[in-house]
Amino acid sequence: MASSPRELTQNPLRKIWMPCKNGLPDRRISQRRVCMTNCPTLIVTVGLPARGKTYISKKLTRYLNWIGVPTKEFNVGQYRRECVKTYKSFEFFRPDNEEGLKIRKQCALAALKDVQQYLRDEGGQVAVFDATNTTRERRGTIMNFAQQNDYKVFFVESVCEDPDVIAENIVQVKLGSPDYIHCDTDKAVEDFMKRIKCYENSYEPLDEVLDGNLSFIKIMDVGRRYLVNRVQDHIQSRIVYYLMNIHITPRSIYLCRHGESELNVKGRIGGDSGLSVRGKEFSDCLGKFIQGQNINELKVWTSQMKRTIQTAEAVGVPYEQWKALNEIDAGVCEEMTYEEIQENYPLEFALRDQDKYRYRYPKGESYEDLVQRLEPVIMELERQENVLVICHQAVMRCLLAYFLDKSAEELPYLKCPLHTVMKLTPVAYGCKIEYISLNVEAVDTHRDRPENVHVRRSKEDALKTVPPHL
Amino acid sequence: MASAEERTGMSLLGTSPRQLTQNPLKKIWMPYKNGHPEQHISQRRVCMTNCPTLIVTVGLPARGKTYISKKLTRYLNWIGVPTKEFNVGQYRRDCVKIYKSFEFFHPDNEEGLKIRKQCASAAMNDVQQYLGEEGGQVAVFDATNTTRERRETIIRFAEHNGYKVFFVESVCEDPDVIAENIVQVKLGSPDYTDCNSEEAIEDFMKRIKCYENSYETLDEVMDRELSFIKIIDVGRRYVVNRVLDHIQSRIVYYLMNIHITPRSIYLCRHGESDLNVKGRIGGDSGLSIRGKEACSFAKFCLWSSFAKCLAKFIQDQNIKDLKVWTSQMKRTIQTAEALGVPYEQWKALNEIDAGVCEEMRYEEIQEHYPLEFALRDQDKYRYRYPKGESYEDLVQRLEPVIMELERQENVLVICHQAVMRCLLAYFLDKSAEELPYLKCPLHTVLKLTPVAYGCRVESIFLKVVAVNTHRGKPENVNIHRSSEDALQTVPPHL
Repeated sequence: MASSPRELTQNPLRKIWMPCKNGLPDRRISQRRVCMTNCPTLIVTVGLPARGKTYISKKLTRYLNWIGVPTKEFNVGQYRRECVKTYKSFEFFRPDNEEGLKIRKQCALAALKDVQQYLRDEGGQVAVFDATNTTRERRGTIMNFAQQNDYKVFFVESVCEDPDVIAENIVQVKLGSPDYIHCDTDKAVEDFMKRIKCYENSYEPLDEVLDGNLSFIKIMDVGRRYLVNRVQDHIQSRIVYYLMNIHITPRSIYLCRHGESELNVKGRIGGDSGLSVRGKEFSDCLGKFIQGQNINELKVWTSQMKRTIQTAEAVGVPYEQWKALNEIDAGVCEEMTYEEIQENYPLEFALRDQDKYRYRYPKGESYEDLVQRLEPVIMELERQENVLVICHQAVMRCLLAYFLDKSAEELPYLKCPLHTVMKLTPVAYGCKIEYISLNVEAVDTHRDRPENVHVRRSKEDALKTVPPHL
Repeated sequence: MASAEERTGMSLLGTSPRQLTQNPLKKIWMPYKNGHPEQHISQRRVCMTNCPTLIVTVGLPARGKTYISKKLTRYLNWIGVPTKEFNVGQYRRDCVKIYKSFEFFHPDNEEGLKIRKQCASAAMNDVQQYLGEEGGQVAVFDATNTTRERRETIIRFAEHNGYKVFFVESVCEDPDVIAENIVQVKLGSPDYTDCNSEEAIEDFMKRIKCYENSYETLDEVMDRELSFIKIIDVGRRYVVNRVLDHIQSRIVYYLMNIHITPRSIYLCRHGESDLNVKGRIGGDSGLSIRGKEACSFAKFCLWSSFAKCLAKFIQDQNIKDLKVWTSQMKRTIQTAEALGVPYEQWKALNEIDAGVCEEMRYEEIQEHYPLEFALRDQDKYRYRYPKGESYEDLVQRLEPVIMELERQENVLVICHQAVMRCLLAYFLDKSAEELPYLKCPLHTVLKLTPVAYGCRVESIFLKVVAVNTHRGKPENVNIHRSSEDALQTVPPHL
């Protein structure tokens, strides 16, 4: 046990108290992160072709990265495409094609090697190994690899026999694949069905008894039923929860900010003001726009701040207020203009420009805090179908970053102008985005990162990118 | 063909938007008409549906059904979903005053079957009243429900009343688990008060046998249209079928995170802080001398520092693999530093944000915000400080902490007064009314050990004097009360 407690110093950027030695912070403090273990996790997909393994891999990777767990997916099919430049036909996948088998095994090993590098040298926490992995033998190879490297393994199997789902899958993501670029639709579908057949005879699904010691989730019929076995730790528990909440029913998510507020007009941040005249006009236009879209069973969510609720009121449908959707808390800088922040807190202002994602306002929040606060919103958005979220600039940036897979560096600078609706529609492995400006003028509230982020910069340098205001 | 209006539910277009007023207690903006708030606003609650949920347990005796029912009920109530459990065995005990033997449960005991069916019906009647008239949102129907026939009866009952049904089945064949279950909760049951242990166990094992032959477990094929979770071997494996909505998804997540491995949870506040001493709330100050350092006249002082006493206490407890959690405020971290073990900082464990009242003394709050001060006394759970939080907000913020506490084993949580009250209320099943007044004094560790269906609490005062920061509810909570009445219960400070 330590003799006298270490002195504490507060990190100026994140406002985290950490012990210091000789005036320097001691590296050893531990801030609660999702992945509290030093042990990396290897997620391994299992399933026949066209069962959504890559869809799940990409989505899960996007989610984990967003909540702050460095994750990367490794698609063995991609390695195969790089190795065998031109795809000829399903024959490549025949179980008796020795050449094909050899190449496919090499690709799997190459991918595993990259997994090792990612988890060991590149700071990765989770790797998603996306391939069919349909035989116990292949899975055994992967588990040996994981054991050697001290990774925890979690299998994600997708089982589906619904021909409609498989057909839709093929249309959405296979027809456009590099493998089938030079084929017409019918030929592509025919070839792909034969490709699936190549795997069927040797497919050994995860079994409750034979694989009773493995950690896995088996997803059946796109989420109708799940079998979950031996969840080992926090991150696996979160992964299971996430996978059990996602669905593939077509729908759209509409994101927008409240109408222009009185504080917006004055160039002041935060606060809880009402809408300006133009903001009210936007709300009316939003109402008309929404009605024009003819959306089936739209849910409308707002924050608990007056300006989003006023906006929703004009839309004229029932809405739910979420405290979690409140704008980022600017702490001591609430209701200030950027000029005032520069005058009163020039150091804070510079630190924010240095690392806008991790910077926490004194007695306030950071974007990083916002993401944690918004995670239940994202989880519920995944569960829901058509939703309109009326929120705020920083909040909208966080939500958008989740859907569009933007990094922590890009996130705080995403453009989310007032009076613009973003319509997000999941398609293939990602999200289609439509920007709809409702043609009501508003101030610009977007402040870019200035060139000079040094703590001793001049006032002019600091305020260079501040948008005009009253 | 439904009109656009009907389909989208938009009927108020064209009328002018309603005016908004801010509810003075919860600081929620709501539309009003003729000066009165409209009931129609919708604050995000866990259960956004008007449709009540009937959770139905399934399983042989001694499979943890009542344990799960009570724990789930406690969790749902804590997160704000009015929930009540209905234990059919309890109804049977009320009906058949004295339990004779397992023979009562014999499948060809017509009298027994009749009584048991009546009890199930009586319980269902009470479920109906709870969900229909008492504002209940979820009812947990706790019985064996081992036959498809019985479950069909329940499903029809639910359909008739417009309830969603979610089955929770517990399947376990591990004899050690079953034996431990019997020891923990059956031997002490009213049924076996007059028996010795061996007789009780023998009778209970025969009781289980009565159910075995007719047990029809939930089946992936035959019951594929039902919504259920099947818990196998105390959480080793789960089958989850047709989760219908948000609340069922939360229930599944919760059930998949709980375990029955013995462990203890230690809750305490940071050591006494500088602001505590001055009678000020909130802030981010460091520890006072009594919180942190030994008195320089150690030989003559009766007290050492709390942080050091805590360190010694923890060491003496000899806890296996203890995790230590703090908030991100200086005073909890300083306290943890004295332990000399690694700790994790959680922002979610930060003290309640008192908004504009941060760092004020109660006297100053009464002087500057007498209305706010009175509203807080009127409904301390729901009251939100201006630009701050309420206890209700705190609970929502702490839910991930509770979820992780359920996953973990031995944990020491060094937190704050309001936060500790919320966590304690979860473990001890305290209502929203009691929660904000739970006593969580400085320099006192609460050791919580799950036992039977609840939690044993040991309170250990670490013998270092500290200010009292507990302000009881004053008699007069009227907004026009005098300053004296308002400040009557303020604890003494510098």
